[in-house]
Amino acid sequence: MDVKIYSFIFTMWILMLVGGGLITLIIGPLSLGSIEGIDPIILSGIKIGLALVLIFIWVFVLTKIKNWIFKSQVKS
Amino acid sequence: MEEKIIVAIIVSAIAFFSIYAFTPVLIKFLEKRNLTVKDVNKIGDVMIPRPGGISIMIGIVTSEIMLYLFFPISEILAIIITSVLGFSVGIIDDKKTMGGWFKPLALAFCAAPILLLGAYDSNLNFPLFGSVQIPSLYLALVVFMIPITGNTINSVDALNGIASGVTTIASFALAISLFILQNYEIGIACLCLAFASLAFYKYHKFPSRIFPGDSGAVMFGATYGAIAIVGQVEVIAAIAILPAIINSFLFLSSVKKIVEHRQIKNPVKHTDDFKLKSTDENHAPITLVRLLIAKNPLSEKQISNEVLKLTMFSGVLAVITAFMMGVKI
Repeated sequence: MDVKIYSFIFTMWILMLVGGGLITLIIGPLSLGSIEGIDPIILSGIKIGLALVLIFIWVFVLTKIKNWIFKSQVKS
Repeated sequence: MEEKIIVAIIVSAIAFFSIYAFTPVLIKFLEKRNLTVKDVNKIGDVMIPRPGGISIMIGIVTSEIMLYLFFPISEILAIIITSVLGFSVGIIDDKKTMGGWFKPLALAFCAAPILLLGAYDSNLNFPLFGSVQIPSLYLALVVFMIPITGNTINSVDALNGIASGVTTIASFALAISLFILQNYEIGIACLCLAFASLAFYKYHKFPSRIFPGDSGAVMFGATYGAIAIVGQVEVIAAIAILPAIINSFLFLSSVKKIVEHRQIKNPVKHTDDFKLKSTDENHAPITLVRLLIAKNPLSEKQISNEVLKLTMFSGVLAVITAFMMGVKI
């Protein structure tokens, strides 16, 4: 069995752990202290936006890995 | 604790033996009424009865109702109703092939019992780093979770034994994780799913004697998703079915839209000795199976075994994650 697919699963796991850390430690407690009286809904929207950016980066990285695995499998 | 162990044994036995005993009866019933489909990966016209979802529904619902009699909590009731609704969505798709958007939309409504019974906690728990409170956003997560798990399990139901095998391994990993996190009632509910899928795997493994159909595969996924939500183990549940998630991810990132799997180009073809090999079609999606056979053609049984090995690997990662839930950095 090719170790690359196991590595792919392992990478997904690490990305989930790291993503969880970023959400709980950075994005969750985020407050725009310098801007007075910001609407909580707007703040939540900003946090959702940041989480979506994280998901986009996550999917982008995994797509690159997937393409690399498939091409290397076909070539070998 | 002793009472919980006895209940776990009783409901697990009901889940396993009801499916083990009823499935052969269902096979004969479906064959008699000519409710069969061609197994496309076998030489000749091998016809297999479908859907086996009826047997799966009886096993899961009977055992979960029995569990509810012992522990009458809203979480177990939510699991039962969500499972039945998931089965209903699948059986409609079994009877009449619906469009690509039907199942995700219909399954989103299957999350209603969880929301209406309040059987969820709006904290999303992550290993090592604690949890985030997302009251409004969590409602959206509940609505998305059931279509994701339902479709994810359904999308791996491409070869003999994979859907039931993946559900069995992932459910056992999730049940162990729930016991580690001392969520015993939901852990026992997860054991019902694990033993039900194990019993069905006996008939679904290569060479299949019955196919679960959309009703069986979607019900497996919907029940799994409901357990993940009411048990507050969403992240662990996602990790345990990573190979199936990878399959959906690979499919969506290749096709770039939600379509019924019957509408796309077959990503695999057969060799002369009926092994599966990757197609040369550039537009065919890269699925997990196509990734596994990109290097060399493999038999259906070999591919099924490889997918189950990958699921065991992700199941181990899920259990490790459960241990990490208790650690804070």
